[in-house]
Amino acid sequence: MNKKLISSPYIVWTIVFIVVPLAMVAYFAFTDGDGNFTLDYISEVAQYSNIFVRSIWLAAIATVICLVISYPVAFILSTMKKRHQSTMLMIVMLPMWMNFLLRTYAWMTLLGNNGIINSFLHLFGLGPYKMLNTQGAVVLGMVYNYIPYMILPLYSVMVKIDKRLLEAAQDLGCNSKKVLLKVVLPLSLPGVTSGITMVFVPAISTFIISRMLGGGGNLLIGDLIEMQFLGNSYNPNLGAGISLVLMVIVLLIMTIMNQFDSDDQDRVLI
Amino acid sequence: MKKVSKIYMALVLMFLYVPIFVLIVYSFNTTKSRTVFSGFTFDWYVRLFQNELILTSLRNTLIISVCAAVISTILGTAAAIGINNMKKIPKMIVMNINNIPIINPEIVTGVSLMLLFVFFSARMKFSFGFATLLIAHITFDVPYVVLNVMPKFRQMNPNLYEAAQDLGCNSVQAFFKVVLPEIMPGIVSGFLMSFTFSLDDFIISYFTSGPTSQTLPITIYSMTRRKVSPEINALSTIIFVVVVAVLIVKNIVENRSIKEEAK
Repeated sequence: MNKKLISSPYIVWTIVFIVVPLAMVAYFAFTDGDGNFTLDYISEVAQYSNIFVRSIWLAAIATVICLVISYPVAFILSTMKKRHQSTMLMIVMLPMWMNFLLRTYAWMTLLGNNGIINSFLHLFGLGPYKMLNTQGAVVLGMVYNYIPYMILPLYSVMVKIDKRLLEAAQDLGCNSKKVLLKVVLPLSLPGVTSGITMVFVPAISTFIISRMLGGGGNLLIGDLIEMQFLGNSYNPNLGAGISLVLMVIVLLIMTIMNQFDSDDQDRVLI
Repeated sequence: MKKVSKIYMALVLMFLYVPIFVLIVYSFNTTKSRTVFSGFTFDWYVRLFQNELILTSLRNTLIISVCAAVISTILGTAAAIGINNMKKIPKMIVMNINNIPIINPEIVTGVSLMLLFVFFSARMKFSFGFATLLIAHITFDVPYVVLNVMPKFRQMNPNLYEAAQDLGCNSVQAFFKVVLPEIMPGIVSGFLMSFTFSLDDFIISYFTSGPTSQTLPITIYSMTRRKVSPEINALSTIIFVVVVAVLIVKNIVENRSIKEEAK
């Protein structure tokens, strides 16, 4: 009896600081400054559809690149000797522990017009190429920052695959390509789906990477929201409307991803 | 095949580490140039430690992270105990709400809390600062504590608690002597996770902190917005060294405990 009561402080907390704030986002999105119901702000979001399309597009490219790079990494890791595995995993994950602002800043110094890559190319009489403040730089920043979120769930699924299954498939006449397609890939699907959500969600809502590496010309949804709350164009109602649409997009992606995910028990959350 | 995978791993590691090493190398550069290395110096480190802003924000970050982690661990562990004893449907509802801050884009969590604080700060005469920042941090930390502690109950033998009571413990003793040690690993990892997330958080802090409670990530952000300063590089180097040291210690401790368990 009293055991249930012990969770009541947190339940009150979740209501006040999770449910109510989200309800306020919805309230602001559907009302004007005086509190009257309006759909103006939601329809105003449509004006920024190019920014939404750009965000979804860049986040999708970054997610695909992360998946393509991470899949072999996770597989190689999972087939290493147990002793080396934990050390190697630590080495792969270590950059993630640096603050992401610093990691993004590192790319600013590499990609700049007078940056290291351009100076290096200059030795061969090439360039300078404009790399900073491009969409490519934003995608690179997303990949660099969020790739651990792809490697980790893939690895934790693959490490559970019984390696004898791979041998069995080979014994039964599969070549290594078929083993990968018919055994490893289906078994690693839960890792793929949770990796995709874990990369796509932060990538689509970022506002720092686009600002630091994309310059002013490559605004994303996150920048747009931030500008409505802390920027020059203070307009919390519009900001709430954009946030609401962003939440719907994220929810949609997660529902689609969950369709591929048969057993919920083994979902890798972190 | 083996050789190919080794080369592949080397390339990926290069991609992950080259930017960080470049940062570190230029923290020792005598000039502000980010391309020409003109000489070795510790000047930027000296300046870093004379920089009042950075030191204050470092202190703020540590205070916030410790407070948020301690409060979140207590709140989250208590919550997990209660949730574990709930019936299926209330449990599902609470767990789904619990997962909202994890699933939601961070910027939405930040913005929603900012709306709440703006709304009440006008009516209740408080301003953005330590309190709002702490509330925000606890809000995104507790869900991870709950998620870390809950599985420990599932692994625990449910009869242990009753057995302790049969053997003469009252319910408080039974909890502290039997249940708590069983769920301790979950509590510890929940605490550590909360602490590191608070330490590292930028986005939610950005929307909920006030001018008096700037954390280190916020200061780093404003530094990168202004002109180039190798002090950032020096700071990165120090953070990198600390992270490596902590992870090595963690690995050694874990390996030792694995070996002890094997005995």
